[in-house]
Amino acid sequence: MIPAQFDYVAPTSVEDALAALAEHGDDAKIIAGGQSLLPVLRMRLNAPEIVIDLGRIDSLRGVRDDGDAIVIGAMTPHSVVGADPLVNEHALLIARAVEHLADAQVRHRGTFGGALAHADPAGDLGAPVRALGASFVIQGAGGTRTVSADDFFVDLFETAIGDDEILTAVRVPKHTGWGAHYEKFVRVAHQWPIVAVAATVRVEGGAIAEARIGLTNMGSTPLRATAVEAALAGQPATEDAVRAAAAHAAERTSPPSDLNGDADYRRHLATVITRRAVLAAAGG
Amino acid sequence: MTRISLTVDGAAVSDDVEPRMLLVQYLRERLGKTGTVIGCDTSNCGACTVHLDGTSVKSCNVLAVQADGGEVTTIEGLAQDGQLHPVQEAFRECHGLQCGFCTPGMIMQSVDLLKENPKPSEEEIRLGLEGNLCRCTGYHNIVRAVQHASGQGVTS
Ligand SMILES: Cc1cc2nc3c(=O)[nH]c(=O)nc-3n(C[C@H](O)[C@H](O)[C@H](O)COP(=O)(O)OP(=O)(O)OC[C@H]3O[C@@H](n4cnc5c(N)ncnc54)[C@H](O)[C@@H]3O)c2cc1C
Ligand code: FES
Ligand code: FES
Repeated sequence: MIPAQFDYVAPTSVEDALAALAEHGDDAKIIAGGQSLLPVLRMRLNAPEIVIDLGRIDSLRGVRDDGDAIVIGAMTPHSVVGADPLVNEHALLIARAVEHLADAQVRHRGTFGGALAHADPAGDLGAPVRALGASFVIQGAGGTRTVSADDFFVDLFETAIGDDEILTAVRVPKHTGWGAHYEKFVRVAHQWPIVAVAATVRVEGGAIAEARIGLTNMGSTPLRATAVEAALAGQPATEDAVRAAAAHAAERTSPPSDLNGDADYRRHLATVITRRAVLAAAGG
Repeated sequence: MTRISLTVDGAAVSDDVEPRMLLVQYLRERLGKTGTVIGCDTSNCGACTVHLDGTSVKSCNVLAVQADGGEVTTIEGLAQDGQLHPVQEAFRECHGLQCGFCTPGMIMQSVDLLKENPKPSEEEIRLGLEGNLCRCTGYHNIVRAVQHASGQGVTS
Protein backbone atom coordinates (compact mmCIF):
# COMPACT_ATOMS: atom_id res chain seq x y z
CA MET A 1 0.00 0.00 0.00
CA ILE A 2 1.22 3.49 -0.74
CA PRO A 3 0.37 6.80 0.93
CA ALA A 4 -2.07 9.33 -0.51
CA GLN A 5 -0.45 12.17 -2.43
CA PHE A 6 1.31 14.93 -0.53
CA ASP A 7 3.74 17.77 -1.18
CA TYR A 8 7.19 17.59 0.35
CA VAL A 9 9.76 20.03 1.66
CA ALA A 10 13.14 19.31 3.24
CA PRO A 11 14.30 22.50 4.99
CA THR A 12 17.90 22.76 6.20
CA SER A 13 17.24 24.81 9.35
CA VAL A 14 14.79 24.63 12.25
CA GLU A 15 13.65 28.19 11.42
CA ASP A 16 12.70 27.18 7.86
CA ALA A 17 10.90 24.09 9.18
CA LEU A 18 8.95 26.25 11.65
CA ALA A 19 8.04 28.68 8.85
CA ALA A 20 6.70 25.78 6.75
CA LEU A 21 4.71 24.52 9.76
CA ALA A 22 3.27 27.99 10.35
CA GLU A 23 2.30 28.34 6.71
CA HIS A 24 0.49 25.00 6.42
CA GLY A 25 -0.87 24.50 9.93
CA ASP A 26 -3.04 21.40 10.32
CA ASP A 27 -2.37 20.26 6.76
CA ALA A 28 1.31 19.64 7.53
CA LYS A 29 3.02 16.67 9.15
CA ILE A 30 6.61 16.43 10.24
CA ILE A 31 8.63 13.41 9.18
CA ALA A 32 11.72 12.43 11.19
CA GLY A 33 12.87 8.86 10.50
CA GLY A 34 9.43 7.94 9.17
CA GLN A 35 9.43 4.60 10.99
CA SER A 36 6.10 5.29 12.67
CA LEU A 37 4.72 7.90 10.29
CA LEU A 38 5.16 6.01 7.02
CA PRO A 39 3.23 2.91 8.19
CA VAL A 40 0.43 5.29 9.27
CA LEU A 41 0.43 7.08 5.90
CA ARG A 42 0.58 3.79 4.01
CA MET A 43 -2.47 2.51 5.85
CA ARG A 44 -4.11 5.86 5.00
CA LEU A 45 -4.85 6.52 8.65
CA ASN A 46 -3.57 10.04 8.05
CA ALA A 47 -3.30 12.06 4.85
CA PRO A 48 -1.36 15.31 5.31
CA GLU A 49 -1.20 17.75 2.39
CA ILE A 50 2.43 18.45 2.99
CA VAL A 51 5.22 16.52 4.69
CA ILE A 52 8.07 18.49 6.25
CA ASP A 53 11.26 16.42 6.44
CA LEU A 54 13.64 17.24 9.32
CA GLY A 55 16.26 14.87 7.90
CA ARG A 56 18.38 17.62 6.32
CA ILE A 57 18.77 19.70 9.49
CA ASP A 58 22.24 18.81 10.76
CA SER A 59 21.92 20.79 14.01
CA LEU A 60 19.26 18.33 15.26
CA ARG A 61 21.63 15.37 15.15
CA GLY A 62 24.17 14.20 17.72
CA VAL A 63 24.80 13.89 21.45
CA ARG A 64 26.73 16.51 23.43
CA ASP A 65 27.97 17.08 26.95
CA ASP A 66 26.36 19.99 28.76
CA GLY A 67 27.80 20.00 32.26
CA ASP A 68 25.44 18.14 34.56
CA ALA A 69 23.41 16.77 31.64
CA ILE A 70 23.81 15.27 28.20
CA VAL A 71 21.78 16.65 25.31
CA ILE A 72 20.47 14.26 22.67
CA GLY A 73 19.45 15.89 19.37
CA ALA A 74 15.93 14.96 18.29
CA MET A 75 17.08 13.60 14.91
CA THR A 76 19.78 11.31 16.31
CA PRO A 77 19.02 7.77 15.06
CA HIS A 78 18.40 5.06 17.66
CA SER A 79 21.48 3.12 16.54
CA VAL A 80 23.71 6.17 17.12
CA VAL A 81 22.15 6.89 20.54
CA GLY A 82 22.64 3.28 21.64
CA ALA A 83 26.33 3.27 20.71
CA ASP A 84 27.13 6.79 21.90
CA PRO A 85 29.88 6.93 24.58
CA LEU A 86 28.25 9.83 26.49
CA VAL A 87 24.93 7.99 26.63
CA ASN A 88 26.62 4.81 27.83
CA GLU A 89 28.59 6.66 30.49
CA HIS A 90 25.94 9.03 31.84
CA ALA A 91 22.55 7.56 30.89
CA LEU A 92 23.14 3.83 30.56
CA LEU A 93 19.41 3.17 30.99
CA ILE A 94 18.72 4.75 27.61
CA ALA A 95 21.34 2.60 25.87
CA ARG A 96 19.85 -0.49 27.51
CA ALA A 97 16.34 0.39 26.28
CA VAL A 98 17.50 1.17 22.74
CA GLU A 99 18.99 -2.34 22.45
CA HIS A 100 15.48 -3.73 22.75
CA LEU A 101 13.75 -1.25 20.47
CA ALA A 102 12.46 -2.66 17.17
CA ASP A 103 15.12 -4.20 14.90
CA ALA A 104 18.45 -3.13 13.41
CA GLN A 105 16.96 -1.64 10.24
CA VAL A 106 14.38 0.41 12.15
CA ARG A 107 17.05 1.55 14.63
CA HIS A 108 19.13 2.88 11.72
CA ARG A 109 16.29 5.14 10.49
CA GLY A 110 14.10 5.87 13.52
CA THR A 111 15.09 8.81 15.69
CA PHE A 112 15.18 9.50 19.42
CA GLY A 113 12.96 12.58 19.10
CA GLY A 114 10.58 10.92 16.65
CA ALA A 115 9.90 8.01 18.97
CA LEU A 116 9.23 10.35 21.92
CA ALA A 117 7.08 12.75 19.86
CA HIS A 118 5.07 9.77 18.63
CA ALA A 119 4.27 8.95 22.30
CA ASP A 120 3.08 5.39 21.82
CA PRO A 121 2.42 4.12 25.38
CA ALA A 122 4.12 0.86 24.36
CA GLY A 123 7.16 2.75 23.01
CA ASP A 124 10.43 1.82 24.68
CA LEU A 125 11.96 5.27 25.24
CA GLY A 126 9.31 7.01 27.34
CA ALA A 127 9.89 5.03 30.54
CA PRO A 128 13.68 5.51 30.61
CA VAL A 129 13.53 9.24 29.90
CA ARG A 130 10.86 9.69 32.58
CA ALA A 131 12.85 7.64 35.05
CA LEU A 132 15.94 9.78 34.38
CA GLY A 133 13.98 13.03 34.83
CA ALA A 134 14.78 14.27 31.33
CA SER A 135 13.45 17.53 29.96
CA PHE A 136 12.31 18.31 26.44
CA VAL A 137 13.51 21.29 24.42
CA ILE A 138 10.70 22.49 22.17
CA GLN A 139 11.08 25.29 19.65
CA GLY A 140 8.31 27.42 18.15
CA ALA A 141 8.02 30.72 16.33
CA GLY A 142 8.11 32.52 19.69
CA GLY A 143 11.33 30.89 20.86
CA THR A 144 12.37 27.86 22.84
CA ARG A 145 10.78 26.36 25.95
CA THR A 146 11.68 23.41 28.14
CA VAL A 147 9.11 20.91 29.40
CA SER A 148 9.76 18.32 32.13
CA ALA A 149 9.28 14.62 31.37
CA ASP A 150 6.40 14.59 33.85
CA ASP A 151 4.54 17.20 31.76
CA PHE A 152 5.66 16.12 28.28
CA PHE A 153 3.51 13.01 27.97
CA VAL A 154 -0.14 14.06 27.93
CA ASP A 155 -2.08 11.02 26.74
CA LEU A 156 -2.04 8.21 24.15
CA PHE A 157 -0.03 9.57 21.19
CA GLU A 158 -0.28 13.07 22.66
CA THR A 159 2.55 15.25 23.96
CA ALA A 160 3.12 18.86 25.01
CA ILE A 161 4.51 19.68 21.54
CA GLY A 162 2.17 22.22 19.90
CA ASP A 163 1.04 21.92 16.27
CA ASP A 164 3.37 24.77 15.33
CA GLU A 165 6.35 23.50 17.32
CA ILE A 166 9.28 21.13 16.87
CA LEU A 167 11.03 18.98 19.46
CA THR A 168 14.71 19.83 18.99
CA ALA A 169 16.49 17.97 21.81
CA VAL A 170 16.15 16.05 25.04
CA ARG A 171 18.26 16.99 28.08
CA VAL A 172 19.09 14.04 30.28
CA PRO A 173 20.59 14.71 33.73
CA LYS A 174 23.78 12.69 34.19
CA HIS A 175 23.46 9.46 36.16
CA THR A 176 27.12 8.56 35.97
CA GLY A 177 27.99 5.19 37.47
CA TRP A 178 24.37 4.12 38.00
CA GLY A 179 23.55 0.52 37.12
CA ALA A 180 20.75 0.12 34.59
CA HIS A 181 18.49 -2.48 33.07
CA TYR A 182 15.51 -2.48 30.71
CA GLU A 183 13.34 -5.56 31.08
CA LYS A 184 10.90 -5.97 28.20
CA PHE A 185 8.25 -8.66 28.30
CA VAL A 186 7.20 -9.80 24.83
CA ARG A 187 5.39 -12.86 23.51
CA VAL A 188 7.61 -13.34 20.46
CA ALA A 189 10.80 -11.68 19.24
CA HIS A 190 10.71 -8.21 17.70
CA GLN A 191 7.53 -6.93 19.28
CA TRP A 192 6.17 -4.07 21.27
CA PRO A 193 6.26 -4.77 24.99
CA ILE A 194 3.24 -6.15 26.81
CA VAL A 195 4.85 -4.49 29.83
CA ALA A 196 8.40 -3.22 30.24
CA VAL A 197 10.31 -1.73 33.14
CA ALA A 198 13.23 0.69 33.02
CA ALA A 199 15.29 0.62 36.20
CA THR A 200 18.41 2.51 37.16
CA VAL A 201 19.99 2.39 40.61
CA ARG A 202 22.93 3.84 42.49
CA VAL A 203 24.48 1.14 44.61
CA GLU A 204 26.63 2.13 47.60
CA GLY A 205 28.28 -0.47 49.80
CA GLY A 206 25.94 -3.25 48.70
CA ALA A 207 22.79 -1.18 49.33
CA ILE A 208 20.54 0.67 46.92
CA ALA A 209 21.13 4.33 47.73
CA GLU A 210 18.74 5.66 45.07
CA ALA A 211 16.50 4.09 42.44
CA ARG A 212 14.54 5.41 39.50
CA ILE A 213 11.93 3.25 37.84
CA GLY A 214 9.87 3.85 34.71
CA LEU A 215 6.99 1.71 33.44
CA THR A 216 6.09 1.08 29.79
CA ASN A 217 2.52 0.25 28.74
CA MET A 218 1.02 0.47 32.23
CA GLY A 219 -1.20 3.43 31.33
CA SER A 220 -1.84 5.90 28.53
CA THR A 221 1.59 7.49 29.11
CA PRO A 222 4.91 6.19 30.42
CA LEU A 223 4.82 6.21 34.24
CA ARG A 224 7.21 6.58 37.17
CA ALA A 225 6.93 3.95 39.90
CA THR A 226 7.60 6.40 42.73
CA ALA A 227 6.32 4.05 45.45
CA VAL A 228 8.88 1.43 44.41
CA GLU A 229 11.62 4.06 44.28
CA ALA A 230 10.82 5.17 47.84
CA ALA A 231 10.63 1.59 49.13
CA LEU A 232 13.99 0.71 47.58
CA ALA A 233 15.97 3.63 49.01
CA GLY A 234 18.46 2.36 51.58
CA GLN A 235 17.54 -1.31 51.10
CA PRO A 236 20.10 -4.05 50.52
CA ALA A 237 20.22 -5.27 46.92
CA THR A 238 18.87 -8.68 47.86
CA GLU A 239 16.12 -10.72 46.24
CA ASP A 240 13.80 -10.43 49.27
CA ALA A 241 14.21 -6.70 49.78
CA VAL A 242 13.75 -5.97 46.09
CA ARG A 243 10.72 -8.28 45.85
CA ALA A 244 9.04 -6.43 48.73
CA ALA A 245 9.67 -3.04 47.14
CA ALA A 246 8.62 -4.23 43.67
CA ALA A 247 5.24 -5.28 45.05
CA HIS A 248 4.30 -1.57 44.84
CA ALA A 249 4.94 -1.42 41.07
CA ALA A 250 1.30 -1.46 39.96
CA GLU A 251 0.15 1.25 42.37
CA ARG A 252 -1.57 4.16 40.64
CA THR A 253 -1.29 2.57 37.19
CA SER A 254 -4.11 1.99 34.70
CA PRO A 255 -2.85 -0.64 32.28
CA PRO A 256 -4.80 -1.51 29.13
CA SER A 257 -6.57 -4.82 28.50
CA ASP A 258 -6.01 -6.37 25.10
CA LEU A 259 -5.35 -9.70 23.39
CA ASN A 260 -1.91 -9.91 25.00
CA GLY A 261 -3.31 -9.73 28.49
CA ASP A 262 -5.87 -8.01 30.68
CA ALA A 263 -5.18 -5.23 33.14
CA ASP A 264 -4.86 -7.58 36.14
CA TYR A 265 -2.33 -9.70 34.31
CA ARG A 266 -0.31 -6.58 33.49
CA ARG A 267 -0.44 -5.39 37.12
CA HIS A 268 0.96 -8.71 38.27
CA LEU A 269 3.52 -8.70 35.48
CA ALA A 270 4.69 -5.21 36.47
CA THR A 271 5.68 -6.42 39.96
CA VAL A 272 7.57 -9.42 38.56
CA ILE A 273 9.35 -7.45 35.85
CA THR A 274 10.23 -4.65 38.25
CA ARG A 275 11.91 -7.13 40.58
CA ARG A 276 13.92 -8.58 37.71
CA ALA A 277 14.85 -5.17 36.33
CA VAL A 278 16.01 -3.77 39.68
CA LEU A 279 18.06 -6.85 40.56
CA ALA A 280 19.73 -6.79 37.16
CA ALA A 281 20.40 -3.03 37.41
CA ALA A 282 21.92 -3.45 40.88
CA GLY A 283 24.06 -6.34 39.66
CA GLY A 284 26.03 -4.17 37.29
CA MET B 1 7.05 15.92 -8.62
CA THR B 2 10.41 16.21 -6.89
CA ARG B 3 13.75 15.74 -8.60
CA ILE B 4 16.04 13.22 -6.90
CA SER B 5 19.61 12.22 -7.72
CA LEU B 6 21.30 9.32 -6.03
CA THR B 7 23.68 6.43 -6.58
CA VAL B 8 22.21 2.95 -6.85
CA ASP B 9 24.53 -0.06 -7.01
CA GLY B 10 27.35 2.20 -8.14
CA ALA B 11 25.46 3.99 -10.93
CA ALA B 12 24.28 7.61 -10.75
CA VAL B 13 20.53 7.96 -11.35
CA SER B 14 18.26 10.98 -11.48
CA ASP B 15 14.46 11.07 -11.75
CA ASP B 16 11.32 13.08 -11.08
CA VAL B 17 9.25 11.21 -8.50
CA GLU B 18 6.06 11.78 -6.54
CA PRO B 19 7.04 12.52 -2.92
CA ARG B 20 4.86 9.61 -1.79
CA MET B 21 6.86 7.08 -3.80
CA LEU B 22 8.55 4.54 -1.52
CA LEU B 23 12.21 3.74 -2.08
CA VAL B 24 11.34 0.09 -2.78
CA GLN B 25 8.87 1.13 -5.49
CA TYR B 26 11.46 3.41 -7.02
CA LEU B 27 14.02 0.61 -7.11
CA ARG B 28 11.63 -1.94 -8.58
CA GLU B 29 9.33 0.09 -10.80
CA ARG B 30 11.63 2.84 -12.07
CA LEU B 31 15.01 1.16 -12.06
CA GLY B 32 13.80 -2.39 -12.70
CA LYS B 33 15.77 -3.66 -9.71
CA THR B 34 13.30 -6.39 -8.84
CA GLY B 35 15.87 -8.30 -6.80
CA THR B 36 14.61 -6.26 -3.85
CA VAL B 37 11.21 -7.69 -2.95
CA ILE B 38 8.16 -6.62 -0.96
CA GLY B 39 6.97 -9.18 1.57
CA CYS B 40 4.53 -7.28 3.78
CA ASP B 41 2.48 -4.15 4.27
CA THR B 42 3.61 -3.41 7.79
CA SER B 43 7.40 -2.98 7.62
CA ASN B 44 7.86 -6.12 9.67
CA CYS B 45 9.32 -8.71 7.30
CA GLY B 46 12.62 -7.16 6.17
CA ALA B 47 12.43 -8.70 2.67
CA CYS B 48 12.95 -5.21 1.19
CA THR B 49 16.19 -4.51 3.12
CA VAL B 50 18.80 -2.46 1.24
CA HIS B 51 21.73 -0.33 2.40
CA LEU B 52 21.27 3.44 2.43
CA ASP B 53 24.45 5.43 3.05
CA GLY B 54 26.14 2.38 4.47
CA THR B 55 23.50 1.01 6.85
CA SER B 56 20.58 -1.36 6.41
CA VAL B 57 17.05 0.05 6.07
CA LYS B 58 13.67 -1.34 5.13
CA SER B 59 13.15 0.27 1.72
CA CYS B 60 9.35 -0.01 2.05
CA ASN B 61 9.61 2.38 5.00
CA VAL B 62 11.72 5.10 3.38
CA LEU B 63 10.50 7.63 0.82
CA ALA B 64 12.50 7.85 -2.39
CA VAL B 65 12.84 11.61 -1.76
CA GLN B 66 14.47 10.87 1.61
CA ALA B 67 17.21 9.00 -0.27
CA ASP B 68 17.98 12.04 -2.44
CA GLY B 69 21.74 12.59 -2.56
CA GLY B 70 22.34 9.22 -0.95
CA GLU B 71 23.99 5.98 -1.89
CA VAL B 72 21.91 2.81 -2.14
CA THR B 73 23.16 -0.75 -2.44
CA THR B 74 20.69 -3.51 -3.26
CA ILE B 75 21.15 -7.27 -3.46
CA GLU B 76 21.91 -6.71 -7.16
CA GLY B 77 24.94 -4.60 -6.32
CA LEU B 78 26.67 -7.04 -3.96
CA ALA B 79 28.45 -9.27 -6.47
CA GLN B 80 31.63 -7.75 -7.89
CA ASP B 81 33.06 -8.65 -11.31
CA GLY B 82 30.88 -11.73 -11.57
CA GLN B 83 32.02 -12.95 -8.13
CA LEU B 84 29.29 -13.53 -5.56
CA HIS B 85 29.72 -11.66 -2.27
CA PRO B 86 31.05 -13.98 0.49
CA VAL B 87 27.67 -13.83 2.26
CA GLN B 88 25.88 -14.84 -0.96
CA GLU B 89 28.36 -17.70 -1.32
CA ALA B 90 27.72 -18.77 2.26
CA PHE B 91 23.94 -18.81 1.78
CA ARG B 92 24.46 -21.09 -1.22
CA GLU B 93 27.00 -23.26 0.56
CA CYS B 94 24.90 -23.73 3.70
CA HIS B 95 21.56 -23.94 1.88
CA GLY B 96 20.38 -20.83 3.71
CA LEU B 97 17.20 -20.61 1.67
CA GLN B 98 14.16 -22.61 0.79
CA CYS B 99 11.70 -20.66 -1.41
CA GLY B 100 14.19 -17.78 -1.48
CA PHE B 101 11.74 -14.95 -0.98
CA CYS B 102 13.29 -13.62 2.22
CA THR B 103 16.82 -14.18 0.91
CA PRO B 104 17.65 -10.76 -0.58
CA GLY B 105 16.69 -9.07 2.69
CA MET B 106 18.38 -11.74 4.82
CA ILE B 107 21.62 -11.35 2.89
CA MET B 108 21.58 -7.53 2.98
CA GLN B 109 20.93 -7.56 6.74
CA SER B 110 23.60 -10.23 7.29
CA VAL B 111 26.16 -8.10 5.42
CA ASP B 112 25.27 -5.14 7.66
CA LEU B 113 25.47 -7.31 10.78
CA LEU B 114 28.92 -8.64 9.88
CA LYS B 115 30.18 -5.14 9.14
CA GLU B 116 29.27 -4.05 12.68
CA ASN B 117 30.22 -7.33 14.32
CA PRO B 118 32.60 -9.48 12.23
CA LYS B 119 32.53 -12.49 14.61
CA PRO B 120 29.00 -12.65 15.99
CA SER B 121 27.86 -15.43 18.32
CA GLU B 122 24.84 -17.51 17.32
CA GLU B 123 22.71 -15.45 19.72
CA GLU B 124 23.98 -12.19 18.21
CA ILE B 125 23.18 -13.45 14.70
CA ARG B 126 19.62 -14.31 15.72
CA LEU B 127 19.17 -10.89 17.35
CA GLY B 128 20.77 -9.11 14.41
CA LEU B 129 18.32 -10.74 12.01
CA GLU B 130 15.33 -10.01 14.26
CA GLY B 131 13.76 -7.73 11.67
CA ASN B 132 13.81 -10.36 8.92
CA LEU B 133 11.13 -13.00 8.74
CA CYS B 134 11.41 -16.30 6.87
CA ARG B 135 8.05 -17.87 6.12
CA CYS B 136 9.69 -21.17 5.31
CA THR B 137 11.15 -20.98 8.85
CA GLY B 138 14.58 -21.80 7.53
CA TYR B 139 16.30 -19.79 10.24
CA HIS B 140 18.64 -22.57 11.27
CA ASN B 141 20.51 -22.69 7.98
CA ILE B 142 20.44 -18.92 7.66
CA VAL B 143 22.26 -18.64 10.99
CA ARG B 144 24.76 -21.26 9.80
CA ALA B 145 25.33 -19.31 6.61
CA VAL B 146 26.19 -16.18 8.58
CA GLN B 147 28.53 -18.17 10.83
CA HIS B 148 30.16 -19.65 7.74
CA ALA B 149 30.53 -16.23 6.09
CA SER B 150 32.21 -14.91 9.23
CA GLY B 151 34.81 -17.65 9.03
CA GLN B 152 33.56 -19.34 12.19
CA GLY B 153 32.61 -22.95 12.57
CA VAL B 154 28.91 -23.65 12.14
CA THR B 155 26.85 -25.06 14.99
CA SER B 156 25.52 -28.41 13.93
C1 LIG C 1 8.77 -2.84 12.42
C2 LIG C 1 8.81 -1.80 13.49
C3 LIG C 1 8.99 -2.18 14.81
C4 LIG C 1 9.05 -1.22 15.83
N1 LIG C 1 9.24 -1.66 17.10
C5 LIG C 1 9.34 -0.75 18.10
C6 LIG C 1 9.58 -1.16 19.44
O1 LIG C 1 9.71 -2.34 19.74
N2 LIG C 1 9.65 -0.20 20.40
C7 LIG C 1 9.52 1.14 20.11
O2 LIG C 1 9.62 1.97 21.01
N3 LIG C 1 9.33 1.56 18.85
C8 LIG C 1 9.22 0.66 17.84
N4 LIG C 1 9.00 1.10 16.55
C9 LIG C 1 8.83 2.56 16.28
C10 LIG C 1 10.17 3.26 16.25
O3 LIG C 1 10.59 3.51 17.56
C11 LIG C 1 10.12 4.58 15.51
O4 LIG C 1 11.42 4.89 15.14
C12 LIG C 1 9.68 5.77 16.31
O5 LIG C 1 8.48 5.48 16.97
C13 LIG C 1 9.44 6.96 15.42
O6 LIG C 1 10.63 7.65 15.15
P1 LIG C 1 10.84 8.29 13.73
O7 LIG C 1 12.05 9.12 13.81
O8 LIG C 1 10.82 7.26 12.71
O9 LIG C 1 9.57 9.29 13.65
P2 LIG C 1 8.48 9.49 12.52
O10 LIG C 1 7.80 8.23 12.19
O11 LIG C 1 9.06 10.25 11.39
O12 LIG C 1 7.48 10.45 13.32
C14 LIG C 1 6.65 9.96 14.34
C15 LIG C 1 5.69 11.08 14.79
O13 LIG C 1 6.37 12.08 15.54
C16 LIG C 1 6.29 13.35 14.90
N5 LIG C 1 7.63 13.93 15.05
C17 LIG C 1 8.80 13.29 14.73
N6 LIG C 1 9.85 14.06 15.06
C18 LIG C 1 9.36 15.20 15.59
C19 LIG C 1 9.98 16.37 16.13
N7 LIG C 1 11.32 16.50 16.20
N8 LIG C 1 9.17 17.38 16.59
C20 LIG C 1 7.82 17.23 16.55
N9 LIG C 1 7.19 16.14 16.06
C21 LIG C 1 7.94 15.13 15.58
C22 LIG C 1 5.85 13.07 13.49
O14 LIG C 1 5.11 14.14 12.95
C23 LIG C 1 5.02 11.82 13.64
O15 LIG C 1 3.72 12.15 14.04
C24 LIG C 1 8.92 0.17 15.51
C25 LIG C 1 8.75 0.57 14.19
C26 LIG C 1 8.68 -0.41 13.17
C27 LIG C 1 8.50 0.04 11.75
S1 FES D 1 8.35 -5.31 2.63
FE1 FES D 1 9.57 -3.96 3.77
S2 FES D 1 9.53 -4.88 5.71
FE2 FES D 1 8.19 -6.16 4.62
S1 FES E 1 13.24 -19.14 2.35
FE1 FES E 1 11.12 -18.91 2.01
S2 FES E 1 10.67 -17.14 3.18
FE2 FES E 1 12.67 -17.59 3.76
